[in-house]
Amino acid sequence: MQNHSIRALGLSLALVAPLAAQAQAQAAKGEPTFNPRISLILNGTYADYGRAGEAEVPGFILGPETELRPEGLSLGESELAIESNVDQSFHGWATIALENEDGETVVAVEEAYLNTLALPAGLALKFGRFFSDIGYQNRQHNHAWEFADAALPYRVLLANHLADDGVQLRWVAPADLLVEVGAEVLRGSAFPGGGEDRGGSKGQTVFVHVGGDAGSGGAWRLGAWHYNADAKGRETGEDAIVAFTGDSKVSGVDAVFKWAPEGNPAQTNLVLQAEYMLREEDGDVTDETAAATSGYDGRQTGFYVQGIYQFMPRWRVGLRYDRLHADNDVTAPAAGTALADLAEDGTDPERWSAMADFSNSEFSRLRLQVNRDESRADGKPDDQVLVQYIFSLGSHPAHQF
Amino acid sequence: MRKLSIALTLAAAAFAAPGQAALKVFACEPEWGVLATALGGDAVEVYAATTALQDVHRIQARPSLIAKYRQADLLVCTGADLEIGWLPALAEKGNNPKLLPGAPGYFEAARHVTMLEVPASVDRALGDVHPQGNPHIQTSARNIAAVAAPLAERLAQLDPPHAADYRARHRDFAARWAEAMLRWEERAQPLRGVPVVSNHKSWAYLYDWLGLREIATLEPKPGIPPSAAHLEAVLTGLGAQPARMVVYAAYQDRRPAEWLAGRAGIPAVELPYSVGGVPGTDDLFALFDATVDRLLAALGGKAG
Repeated sequence: MQNHSIRALGLSLALVAPLAAQAQAQAAKGEPTFNPRISLILNGTYADYGRAGEAEVPGFILGPETELRPEGLSLGESELAIESNVDQSFHGWATIALENEDGETVVAVEEAYLNTLALPAGLALKFGRFFSDIGYQNRQHNHAWEFADAALPYRVLLANHLADDGVQLRWVAPADLLVEVGAEVLRGSAFPGGGEDRGGSKGQTVFVHVGGDAGSGGAWRLGAWHYNADAKGRETGEDAIVAFTGDSKVSGVDAVFKWAPEGNPAQTNLVLQAEYMLREEDGDVTDETAAATSGYDGRQTGFYVQGIYQFMPRWRVGLRYDRLHADNDVTAPAAGTALADLAEDGTDPERWSAMADFSNSEFSRLRLQVNRDESRADGKPDDQVLVQYIFSLGSHPAHQF
Repeated sequence: MRKLSIALTLAAAAFAAPGQAALKVFACEPEWGVLATALGGDAVEVYAATTALQDVHRIQARPSLIAKYRQADLLVCTGADLEIGWLPALAEKGNNPKLLPGAPGYFEAARHVTMLEVPASVDRALGDVHPQGNPHIQTSARNIAAVAAPLAERLAQLDPPHAADYRARHRDFAARWAEAMLRWEERAQPLRGVPVVSNHKSWAYLYDWLGLREIATLEPKPGIPPSAAHLEAVLTGLGAQPARMVVYAAYQDRRPAEWLAGRAGIPAVELPYSVGGVPGTDDLFALFDATVDRLLAALGGKAG
């Protein structure tokens, strides 16, 4: 992620404001409006953790921005999203995120992509920086998650999202059953790839989605994917900088089922989703602080299962279980270094989460979440409480299924 | 040799068949689906993306919709931002350039009617207000007639070999519709000036056409579900300005309407809103028959 000064935001807001005013003026005349569509997502949390200290996960090297939400009151990521058709052939989308990192506000380009609208034969091309179409939750922005934090496999194996610079080609079959196949050629800068020498393409994905309806009120989608990345000196960590050089391959399957009576989710509805991932890494790891290097051959898996039920208009409850398993070979890890933590794969990190949320309208949501987190090195539970708000100002683009 | 040519002919026929298949129509709402069927007959194959039992503001671009969108030749939607929550998502995933705004395969019904309730300004504090006006245009029979003519022309433009058929079917439909409208307007005379409470602002065009007067809505703002406090306020308001009935659509929660109707001692009337909303409303004629029947029954004191 490239960080720029806060002035960049001031500039972008200054550019956006007249456009918004123009959209409103057009609205008054009953003309086509909101081009471009602009929205600002505000979210914040209150977090209370039973245990202090860094939330390391035994058997894994964590990627960037995977730490827990700060304890106490904090403003989360604020997202400015701008979307528009560029012309009859292209559509563009940009999400600018404002984050707080160690007391400083940084501006990050989360997504900035163009996609084609006019290719024939069910094909579409997307290019720029985007959230990969692998998995189900990968594509969703944090504010669209059903829980305040990422499921463990996403947090630990992909550093929350696979988002990278590249090109995607996607094809939809001409059939009543949705069959969607795609491939992405990426820079390879996103975790678990990353590091130096990003020439050519150091990351590639393939994915397939199949989906349809089930009865008068159900809809389902199944997916399978693979991500192949090359890392050279991929640096992670804060206290101890750990660098990885080698191959990282992640494969996954995902399933989602949504149901509402007669397909009308206004009163009650149900969303069930589950994903499984397998990551295989082969290379060398170096604890740069301790100047120790080991050979590393890792085989790690993770999954989550969750269900969300809206039991009356505006009110939903949800339950999630996620779990990880690591099987790492680390040659002669020096004691007391990050390499020893990586070799420590005896316990399977796991967590239970429950949440309830209230949406005053489709543009506002308040959430209470409790976690029983057993993903720390000693396996002892951490009881966590999260209170979150998510508000959407402006003309927020439609969310995908 | 002859066997081979027969086989080739059969193979060619098998491959040609899909090409000659009917014009595939993707209707965002069921009313436009049945209208396209009425105008297109066997020459069209219609898929309705939603039903009258769904809230068309809140549809997800689910896999089956993407698959149907991908294959369609013509998209028929209300427009006026009614489908803003899901049509752009379908367009991004459905990879079908034939259905893009501006293409001949993109038909927006709201462009062909006079919009009501066009807001002077758009502010979310006012609820889910549509900048181009109230999008529930199909509740007036006048609007159905206004959309039928350009839709028939669009079908003719996209499928020239059947152009004469589309125009002939439209002439027949328009004549029968004009006759039916006279009948509905005649029967609905007693509804002129009748004060009503609605659940959502779904009925602006129906009321404008038949002369009913909306004096309150159960939703405090469009798209915001009725709250207990707001319902109490509406009930209090009815003391000073009584209404004759509470009107709600088949897809909406009936409880707030029934609560208010019970307290105010007036009937709650469930209207189909679109084809299929209540039993026996499978085509547009039956839809308006049922709508007028139910309003008249409520006026006579019977719950719909």
